[in-house]
Amino acid sequence: MIDIDIAINMLLLLFLIAMATTILRLRRMLAVAMILSLYSLLTAGLFMVMDAPDVAFTEAAVGSGVSTVLLLVTLTLTRTHYAKNTARLQWRPLIIVLLTGGALLYGVHDIALMGDINAPAHRHVADHYIAEARNETGVPNMVTAVLASYRSFDTLGEVVVIFAASIGVMLLLGDGRREHRDGDTP
Amino acid sequence: MTLFVVAAVTILISMALAVVRAVASPTVFDRILAVNMFGTKSVLLVAVFAFLSGRPDVLDIALLYSLLNWLGVLAALRMVEREEFYSSEPDDD
Repeated sequence: MIDIDIAINMLLLLFLIAMATTILRLRRMLAVAMILSLYSLLTAGLFMVMDAPDVAFTEAAVGSGVSTVLLLVTLTLTRTHYAKNTARLQWRPLIIVLLTGGALLYGVHDIALMGDINAPAHRHVADHYIAEARNETGVPNMVTAVLASYRSFDTLGEVVVIFAASIGVMLLLGDGRREHRDGDTP
Repeated sequence: MTLFVVAAVTILISMALAVVRAVASPTVFDRILAVNMFGTKSVLLVAVFAFLSGRPDVLDIALLYSLLNWLGVLAALRMVEREEFYSSEPDDD
Protein backbone atom coordinates (compact mmCIF):
# COMPACT_ATOMS: atom_id res chain seq x y z
CA MET A 1 0.00 0.00 0.00
CA ILE A 2 2.65 2.51 1.06
CA ASP A 3 4.97 1.14 -1.62
CA ILE A 4 2.63 1.92 -4.48
CA ASP A 5 2.24 5.45 -3.10
CA ILE A 6 5.99 6.01 -3.14
CA ALA A 7 6.30 4.43 -6.58
CA ILE A 8 3.60 6.71 -8.01
CA ASN A 9 5.25 9.72 -6.37
CA MET A 10 8.67 8.92 -7.80
CA LEU A 11 7.34 8.23 -11.29
CA LEU A 12 5.34 11.47 -11.31
CA LEU A 13 8.41 13.43 -10.18
CA LEU A 14 10.50 11.79 -12.92
CA PHE A 15 7.84 12.80 -15.46
CA LEU A 16 8.05 16.36 -14.10
CA ILE A 17 11.82 16.47 -14.67
CA ALA A 18 11.36 15.14 -18.21
CA MET A 19 8.70 17.81 -18.88
CA ALA A 20 10.84 20.64 -17.49
CA THR A 21 13.89 19.73 -19.58
CA THR A 22 11.70 19.42 -22.67
CA ILE A 23 10.21 22.88 -22.06
CA LEU A 24 13.76 24.27 -21.85
CA ARG A 25 14.76 22.56 -25.08
CA LEU A 26 11.74 23.49 -27.19
CA ARG A 27 11.50 26.71 -29.21
CA ARG A 28 7.98 26.36 -30.64
CA MET A 29 5.64 28.19 -28.27
CA LEU A 30 2.55 26.07 -28.97
CA ALA A 31 4.36 22.90 -27.92
CA VAL A 32 5.69 24.67 -24.82
CA ALA A 33 2.15 25.72 -23.84
CA MET A 34 0.88 22.16 -24.27
CA ILE A 35 3.66 20.67 -22.16
CA LEU A 36 3.19 23.34 -19.48
CA SER A 37 -0.43 22.24 -19.25
CA LEU A 38 0.77 18.66 -18.80
CA TYR A 39 3.24 19.80 -16.13
CA SER A 40 0.41 21.40 -14.21
CA LEU A 41 -1.74 18.29 -14.48
CA LEU A 42 1.14 16.23 -13.13
CA THR A 43 1.60 18.63 -10.21
CA ALA A 44 -2.09 18.31 -9.44
CA GLY A 45 -1.65 14.52 -9.47
CA LEU A 46 1.19 14.86 -6.96
CA PHE A 47 -1.01 16.99 -4.69
CA MET A 48 -3.66 14.31 -4.89
CA VAL A 49 -1.23 11.56 -3.94
CA MET A 50 -0.25 13.77 -0.97
CA ASP A 51 -3.88 13.72 0.28
CA ALA A 52 -4.73 17.28 -0.70
CA PRO A 53 -7.66 16.91 -3.11
CA ASP A 54 -8.76 20.54 -2.70
CA VAL A 55 -5.33 21.87 -3.70
CA ALA A 56 -5.29 19.39 -6.59
CA PHE A 57 -8.66 20.74 -7.71
CA THR A 58 -7.34 24.30 -7.73
CA GLU A 59 -4.10 23.39 -9.47
CA ALA A 60 -5.93 21.44 -12.17
CA ALA A 61 -8.50 24.18 -12.76
CA VAL A 62 -6.12 27.15 -12.71
CA GLY A 63 -2.83 25.68 -13.89
CA SER A 64 -4.02 23.21 -16.45
CA GLY A 65 -7.29 24.77 -17.57
CA VAL A 66 -7.31 28.55 -17.35
CA SER A 67 -3.62 29.33 -17.81
CA THR A 68 -3.27 27.03 -20.84
CA VAL A 69 -6.11 28.86 -22.56
CA LEU A 70 -4.68 32.23 -21.47
CA LEU A 71 -1.22 31.29 -22.80
CA LEU A 72 -2.64 30.15 -26.13
CA VAL A 73 -4.78 33.30 -26.47
CA THR A 74 -1.75 35.45 -25.67
CA LEU A 75 0.38 33.62 -28.24
CA THR A 76 -2.33 34.12 -30.86
CA LEU A 77 -2.71 37.83 -30.07
CA THR A 78 1.01 38.57 -29.99
CA ARG A 79 1.70 36.28 -32.97
CA THR A 80 4.62 34.70 -31.20
CA HIS A 81 5.49 31.39 -32.81
CA TYR A 82 9.05 30.76 -31.76
CA ALA A 83 11.12 31.74 -28.75
CA LYS A 84 14.42 33.47 -29.40
CA ASN A 85 17.30 31.06 -29.35
CA THR A 86 19.88 32.25 -26.87
CA ALA A 87 22.72 29.83 -27.36
CA ARG A 88 25.31 31.38 -25.07
CA LEU A 89 25.27 30.72 -21.35
CA GLN A 90 23.95 33.61 -19.26
CA TRP A 91 25.79 33.78 -15.99
CA ARG A 92 23.70 36.18 -13.92
CA PRO A 93 20.38 34.30 -14.23
CA LEU A 94 22.21 31.01 -13.67
CA ILE A 95 23.76 32.29 -10.43
CA ILE A 96 20.39 33.60 -9.19
CA VAL A 97 18.72 30.28 -9.97
CA LEU A 98 21.49 28.30 -8.26
CA LEU A 99 21.32 30.51 -5.14
CA THR A 100 17.54 30.24 -4.93
CA GLY A 101 17.67 26.50 -5.46
CA GLY A 102 20.35 26.14 -2.81
CA ALA A 103 18.30 28.17 -0.31
CA LEU A 104 15.26 26.00 -1.02
CA LEU A 105 17.27 22.80 -0.57
CA TYR A 106 18.65 24.19 2.70
CA GLY A 107 15.11 24.99 3.83
CA VAL A 108 13.94 21.43 3.17
CA HIS A 109 15.74 20.31 6.37
CA ASP A 110 13.40 22.38 8.54
CA ILE A 111 10.16 21.18 6.95
CA ALA A 112 8.12 18.97 9.27
CA LEU A 113 7.44 15.42 8.10
CA MET A 114 4.08 14.69 6.48
CA GLY A 115 1.47 13.92 9.16
CA ASP A 116 3.82 14.79 12.04
CA ILE A 117 1.61 15.67 15.03
CA ASN A 118 4.41 17.73 16.57
CA ALA A 119 4.65 20.03 13.56
CA PRO A 120 4.03 23.70 14.44
CA ALA A 121 1.04 23.85 12.11
CA HIS A 122 -0.68 21.09 14.10
CA ARG A 123 0.02 22.49 17.55
CA HIS A 124 -1.44 25.95 17.18
CA VAL A 125 -5.20 26.20 16.64
CA ALA A 126 -5.85 22.97 14.73
CA ASP A 127 -7.13 21.15 17.84
CA HIS A 128 -9.60 23.91 18.52
CA TYR A 129 -10.85 23.79 14.91
CA ILE A 130 -11.24 20.01 15.04
CA ALA A 131 -13.09 20.09 18.36
CA GLU A 132 -15.28 23.13 17.89
CA ALA A 133 -15.69 23.80 14.14
CA ARG A 134 -19.05 22.02 13.98
CA ASN A 135 -20.49 23.79 17.03
CA GLU A 136 -19.13 27.26 16.33
CA THR A 137 -19.83 27.53 12.61
CA GLY A 138 -22.40 24.86 11.83
CA VAL A 139 -20.51 23.89 8.66
CA PRO A 140 -20.19 20.09 8.31
CA ASN A 141 -16.89 20.14 6.35
CA MET A 142 -13.93 21.21 8.50
CA VAL A 143 -11.88 22.69 5.65
CA THR A 144 -14.86 24.69 4.46
CA ALA A 145 -15.48 25.85 8.04
CA VAL A 146 -11.91 27.20 8.28
CA LEU A 147 -11.97 28.84 4.86
CA ALA A 148 -15.45 30.29 4.95
CA SER A 149 -15.87 31.13 8.63
CA TYR A 150 -12.63 31.37 10.63
CA ARG A 151 -10.67 32.90 7.76
CA SER A 152 -13.57 34.51 5.94
CA PHE A 153 -11.92 37.93 5.63
CA ASP A 154 -8.78 36.29 4.25
CA THR A 155 -10.88 34.43 1.69
CA LEU A 156 -12.74 37.62 0.81
CA GLY A 157 -9.40 39.35 0.20
CA GLU A 158 -8.29 36.50 -2.06
CA VAL A 159 -11.49 36.74 -4.07
CA VAL A 160 -10.95 40.50 -4.49
CA VAL A 161 -7.39 39.89 -5.70
CA ILE A 162 -8.54 37.27 -8.21
CA PHE A 163 -11.32 39.59 -9.40
CA ALA A 164 -8.87 42.45 -9.93
CA ALA A 165 -6.44 40.15 -11.76
CA SER A 166 -9.15 38.83 -14.08
CA ILE A 167 -10.33 42.38 -14.88
CA GLY A 168 -6.72 43.28 -15.71
CA VAL A 169 -6.31 40.28 -18.00
CA MET A 170 -9.62 40.97 -19.73
CA LEU A 171 -8.66 44.60 -20.32
CA LEU A 172 -5.27 43.60 -21.73
CA LEU A 173 -6.62 40.90 -24.05
CA GLY A 174 -9.67 42.91 -25.15
CA ASP A 175 -7.60 45.96 -26.05
CA GLY A 176 -5.11 43.92 -28.05
CA ARG A 177 -7.85 42.29 -30.08
CA ARG A 178 -9.57 45.58 -30.92
CA GLU A 179 -6.33 47.22 -31.99
CA HIS A 180 -5.46 44.25 -34.18
CA ARG A 181 -8.89 44.31 -35.83
CA ASP A 182 -8.58 48.06 -36.53
CA GLY A 183 -5.20 47.48 -38.11
CA ASP A 184 -6.60 44.81 -40.43
CA THR A 185 -9.40 46.88 -41.93
CA PRO A 186 -8.18 49.03 -44.83
CA MET B 1 -6.65 -4.48 -3.99
CA THR B 2 -4.16 -6.42 -6.14
CA LEU B 3 -6.30 -5.67 -9.15
CA PHE B 4 -6.09 -1.93 -8.45
CA VAL B 5 -2.31 -2.10 -8.00
CA VAL B 6 -1.90 -3.93 -11.32
CA ALA B 7 -4.18 -1.41 -13.01
CA ALA B 8 -2.24 1.52 -11.52
CA VAL B 9 1.11 0.08 -12.65
CA THR B 10 -0.23 -0.53 -16.17
CA ILE B 11 -1.60 3.01 -16.39
CA LEU B 12 1.73 4.40 -15.15
CA ILE B 13 3.57 2.49 -17.87
CA SER B 14 1.29 3.89 -20.56
CA MET B 15 1.73 7.36 -19.02
CA ALA B 16 5.49 6.93 -19.35
CA LEU B 17 5.03 6.04 -23.03
CA ALA B 18 2.93 9.18 -23.54
CA VAL B 19 5.62 11.28 -21.83
CA VAL B 20 8.25 9.80 -24.16
CA ARG B 21 6.06 10.77 -27.09
CA ALA B 22 5.56 14.31 -25.77
CA VAL B 23 9.27 14.75 -25.11
CA ALA B 24 10.61 13.24 -28.33
CA SER B 25 8.05 13.76 -31.05
CA PRO B 26 8.49 14.71 -34.69
CA THR B 27 5.70 17.33 -34.97
CA VAL B 28 3.58 19.64 -32.83
CA PHE B 29 0.52 17.61 -33.64
CA ASP B 30 2.11 14.53 -32.07
CA ARG B 31 2.75 16.56 -28.94
CA ILE B 32 -0.87 17.72 -28.71
CA LEU B 33 -1.98 14.12 -29.15
CA ALA B 34 0.46 12.95 -26.47
CA VAL B 35 -0.77 15.63 -24.06
CA ASN B 36 -4.35 14.59 -24.71
CA MET B 37 -3.52 10.92 -24.16
CA PHE B 38 -1.57 11.71 -21.00
CA GLY B 39 -4.54 13.66 -19.69
CA THR B 40 -6.83 10.69 -20.30
CA LYS B 41 -4.36 8.41 -18.54
CA SER B 42 -4.15 10.73 -15.55
CA VAL B 43 -7.95 10.69 -15.28
CA LEU B 44 -7.77 6.89 -15.16
CA LEU B 45 -4.94 6.98 -12.64
CA VAL B 46 -6.89 9.33 -10.37
CA ALA B 47 -9.90 7.02 -10.59
CA VAL B 48 -7.82 3.93 -9.74
CA PHE B 49 -5.98 5.79 -7.00
CA ALA B 50 -9.30 6.85 -5.47
CA PHE B 51 -10.26 3.22 -4.91
CA LEU B 52 -6.71 2.17 -4.06
CA SER B 53 -6.56 4.63 -1.18
CA GLY B 54 -10.15 3.98 -0.12
CA ARG B 55 -11.48 7.45 -0.86
CA PRO B 56 -13.96 7.09 -3.71
CA ASP B 57 -14.95 10.77 -3.34
CA VAL B 58 -11.69 11.69 -5.10
CA LEU B 59 -13.47 10.53 -8.27
CA ASP B 60 -14.80 14.11 -8.59
CA ILE B 61 -11.24 15.21 -9.37
CA ALA B 62 -11.06 12.67 -12.19
CA LEU B 63 -14.19 14.24 -13.67
CA LEU B 64 -12.66 17.73 -13.39
CA TYR B 65 -9.46 16.52 -15.06
CA SER B 66 -11.31 15.08 -18.01
CA LEU B 67 -13.23 18.35 -18.49
CA LEU B 68 -10.07 20.49 -18.27
CA ASN B 69 -8.00 18.27 -20.52
CA TRP B 70 -10.66 18.54 -23.17
CA LEU B 71 -10.67 22.33 -22.79
CA GLY B 72 -6.90 22.71 -23.18
CA VAL B 73 -6.63 20.46 -26.23
CA LEU B 74 -9.63 22.19 -27.80
CA ALA B 75 -7.98 25.60 -27.33
CA ALA B 76 -4.72 24.35 -28.87
CA LEU B 77 -6.52 22.84 -31.84
CA ARG B 78 -8.51 26.04 -32.43
CA MET B 79 -5.21 27.90 -32.50
CA VAL B 80 -3.67 25.44 -34.95
CA GLU B 81 -6.71 25.83 -37.15
CA ARG B 82 -6.66 29.63 -37.13
CA GLU B 83 -2.96 30.26 -37.49
CA GLU B 84 -0.16 28.69 -39.41
CA PHE B 85 1.20 26.93 -36.37
CA TYR B 86 0.99 23.45 -37.70
CA SER B 87 3.85 22.21 -39.77
CA SER B 88 5.43 18.85 -40.22
CA GLU B 89 8.93 20.13 -39.49
CA PRO B 90 10.66 18.98 -36.33
CA ASP B 91 10.54 21.72 -33.71
CA ASP B 92 13.75 21.12 -31.82
CA ASP B 93 16.45 23.70 -32.12
